[in-house]
Amino acid sequence: MLILVSVVGYILVMGIPNISPDLFKWRYTTENVSLLPALVNTILITFISLLLAVPLGIFAAVYLVEYARKGNIIVKLVRITAETLSGIPSIIYGLFGMLFFVTTMGFRMSLLSGALTLSIMILPIIMRTTEEALIAVPAEYREGSFGLGAGKLRTVFKVVLPSAIHGILAGIILSIGRIVGETAALIYTAGTVAEIPGSLFDSTRTLSVHMYTLSSEALYIKQAYATAVVLLVIVIGINSLSAYLAKKIGRRTYEKD
Amino acid sequence: MRKFKETGAKITFMLAACFSIFAVALICVFLFANGIPGMRKIGVLKFLTGTEWKPGNNIYGIFPMILGSIYVTAGALIIGVPTGIMTAIFMSKFASKRIVGFMKQAVALLAGIPSVVYGFFGLVVVVPLVRNMFGGSGTSILSACIILGIMILPTIISISEPALNAVPQSYYEGALALGATHERAVFRVILPAAKSGVIASVVLGVGRAIGEAMAVMMVAGNHARMPKGLLHGARTMTSNIVMEMGYAADLHREALIATAVVLFIFILIINLLFSALKGRSELLYHVEKKRQL
Repeated sequence: MLILVSVVGYILVMGIPNISPDLFKWRYTTENVSLLPALVNTILITFISLLLAVPLGIFAAVYLVEYARKGNIIVKLVRITAETLSGIPSIIYGLFGMLFFVTTMGFRMSLLSGALTLSIMILPIIMRTTEEALIAVPAEYREGSFGLGAGKLRTVFKVVLPSAIHGILAGIILSIGRIVGETAALIYTAGTVAEIPGSLFDSTRTLSVHMYTLSSEALYIKQAYATAVVLLVIVIGINSLSAYLAKKIGRRTYEKD
Repeated sequence: MRKFKETGAKITFMLAACFSIFAVALICVFLFANGIPGMRKIGVLKFLTGTEWKPGNNIYGIFPMILGSIYVTAGALIIGVPTGIMTAIFMSKFASKRIVGFMKQAVALLAGIPSVVYGFFGLVVVVPLVRNMFGGSGTSILSACIILGIMILPTIISISEPALNAVPQSYYEGALALGATHERAVFRVILPAAKSGVIASVVLGVGRAIGEAMAVMMVAGNHARMPKGLLHGARTMTSNIVMEMGYAADLHREALIATAVVLFIFILIINLLFSALKGRSELLYHVEKKRQL
């Protein structure tokens, strides 16, 4: 508890005075290490990785919950691999991304390579939360839908998924938090060029990477503080949003009981 | 037509589910294919137990890094585990409901803070603190342990706490009926009963600590030498990769990938351990549930 307060408090106190409008200038120069390009890149990379990982994760969860029979060997394998994926440290993802996307596929260090690497990384989070949300949908909903003559596919998309939407959203928000905070996986996949990318194949730098380079260069400690504040604010915002959504589901299932 | 659509959908969903199998296979293949040849060229034994890492002279021994990782992780556990378990016990058995709600939020937040921010905090707070209190340069194993100890707290708390809550109420009541005080019942009866869940949380914490790169790198000093003591710097496997991958080429590069392979194997072992433990604790839980019914 104390630790949390001291970490957050210290960074806020030291960082807030250092936030200045200059930090939000459009261009990054050595005199003015603007964090705006990094911020834009973070948003872009988050968006692209979500675009890839969310459908995949949701579909996978739908298969696990709605279609697969219990004890199916594929289900077991998927569970084990998903757990493995969530345990792999981010630096290994980074290395893999470098070997596979950057070198083998020839995407170079780019927005795309970074986003692809991240989308594999957040896949287990989305799968897991979606799965839990789908399991929480009462069986009566499905039976009711079947009883009205809907097919399985229709039931899944019109009944089951909409009623699990809060849980799925909470998972997505959680994975946004993970992306925003990620550094190690991005240094060697998305690179560190602090400009707003012209295309998918340009190198970029997200906020966390930005902060890492700032603090390792040791010239821009003030700006690093400010970046830390921005990062913290984003993470706190994302967290409370996810907690709010999770609470909402909690209340709903509680009411049903 | 409809039948066709349904089967099509089913296959799509199944393929999506299989993607994670595919991804793990791909990661394994790429890491091993790129790492093993390098390890062979250096000599597996020489690579693993060599105490010198001098890429300039083509000497690659990662033993100092393995030791560094182990030391840092062990230190993080010494700091993080007692604190984490005590916090979990407090949340589960002592705190009032309102405090628990608040603390849960706090733990979630602690888990959400990016590792660079931890690293930065370590750099500007912990490192000077260590420097002033114990001398030396401050960037040391000790600083890394402190930061990592904080970082694994949320992992340990968020898994131990449900494990403690899952212990059947009758255990506690039985202990009280035998004349135990609240504290005694909690520490002597409930904690042992929740053992496998708590251990699982520690194992996961080990995984997190060993795999952490950025935060450790920012505070640990990163000398590629045998770690000498708490106040001296050390380099972990993860920071070795992050630091040198940017400019490495040829055998050096392969050696770094091989480092990742070693790290990956560590993580796989930890993961297996974790799922075995978790399986056991869930089993226990279900058996208890049935007995209660």
